Amino acid sequence: MEILGLSPALLALFVSFGFMVGVLFGFFGMGGSFLITPTLLLLDYPAPVAIGSGLAFYFGTSVIAVLKHYDVGQVDYKLGAILFVVLSIGIELGSRLVFGLEALGIANLVTGVAYVVLLAGIGALFLRRAANLDDEDADDEDVDDEIPAIGQKIQSYTVPPMISLTSGGRASLWTISGAGGSVGLVSGLIGVGGGFIRMPAIYYLIGTPLTAAVGTSLFAGLFSGAFGTFTYGMSGSVDLTVVSLLLVGSALGARIGSAATTIVEEDDVIVYFGLMMVLASAGIALSELANWLGTGALDLVSVFLLVGSSFAVALMILYQVVKSFDGDDAGVQPAADGGD
Amino acid sequence: MIESVALPAPVQATLLVGVILVQAIALYAGYGVLERVATPLIETITDA
Repeated sequence: MEILGLSPALLALFVSFGFMVGVLFGFFGMGGSFLITPTLLLLDYPAPVAIGSGLAFYFGTSVIAVLKHYDVGQVDYKLGAILFVVLSIGIELGSRLVFGLEALGIANLVTGVAYVVLLAGIGALFLRRAANLDDEDADDEDVDDEIPAIGQKIQSYTVPPMISLTSGGRASLWTISGAGGSVGLVSGLIGVGGGFIRMPAIYYLIGTPLTAAVGTSLFAGLFSGAFGTFTYGMSGSVDLTVVSLLLVGSALGARIGSAATTIVEEDDVIVYFGLMMVLASAGIALSELANWLGTGALDLVSVFLLVGSSFAVALMILYQVVKSFDGDDAGVQPAADGGD
Repeated sequence: MIESVALPAPVQATLLVGVILVQAIALYAGYGVLERVATPLIETITDA
């Protein structure tokens, strides 16, 4: 029996996976398409369809995020508009690169390797932050304002034309274009929304305040997600059924995840999120290895690592939410970041 | 995928974006209504 062309098991998998990704999105402020695309790749969807559907899912979650942050978000509309343009160019170049790589027969390999590096890098950053939590607690007032040396150096470049930011600062159009274009290229190449690299890029490289970086990232992401969906939709590389099922789950999960940010202590979860990223990258690496070796056994392990790790973290957040209903003393902490 | 083969690709792609946009708004509003209805119920149950 098939519903919407999918088996009931696969249908339930997409809704529940969307729900779990939504919980993570609501809690960490990230779109979750970085988990959707590799999962679709593991389920043998062609790379363009996996990437196009990942971007479409990201667009849907961005709409929900913008609606949620409409009243409280601080958005630099001018910067967001410029970023939208350069992000779109980057996504277009990235998607063309994917089709070129597919013609060469290495699209899955390149996107898979890119995921491994990206997820492992993010995981390492989170784990490093978790390891330094005690140090941050000692002087946490300065943590969010601490700009890395490379960020300060990039911000110091005043190559004209300079753009005035709503927050009062100024940034070179070249810096904005370079940061936005690079993020867009990665988004188009591997099908991620890019919020988890775009928001830090706006914050660290362009130099807006954190709240403005969050709002502007969401605003730019909304349109770049729509553009990415349109680009892949032109070639019919978006599976609307899959995207719809994922959104049904993620819209509910995002609400619960957002509510959980006031219940669950971020410090308790951040280390698991870092581990989840590292395990997800290991899962993709195993999948690539399975392709090279021509064995299906490693694929099962890779699916377990990828999906299981995200489910485990989401379940932990849900457990904390349920536990809070028992009247336990719960910490009140903001989410890790507000990107998408 | 939208299978309206009679429509040009740009129109199909625009329709796709529109469908996802409407779906996201509908889901956001729908779950919002559900939350407003469910929250008092959950509080009643947990307080009982």
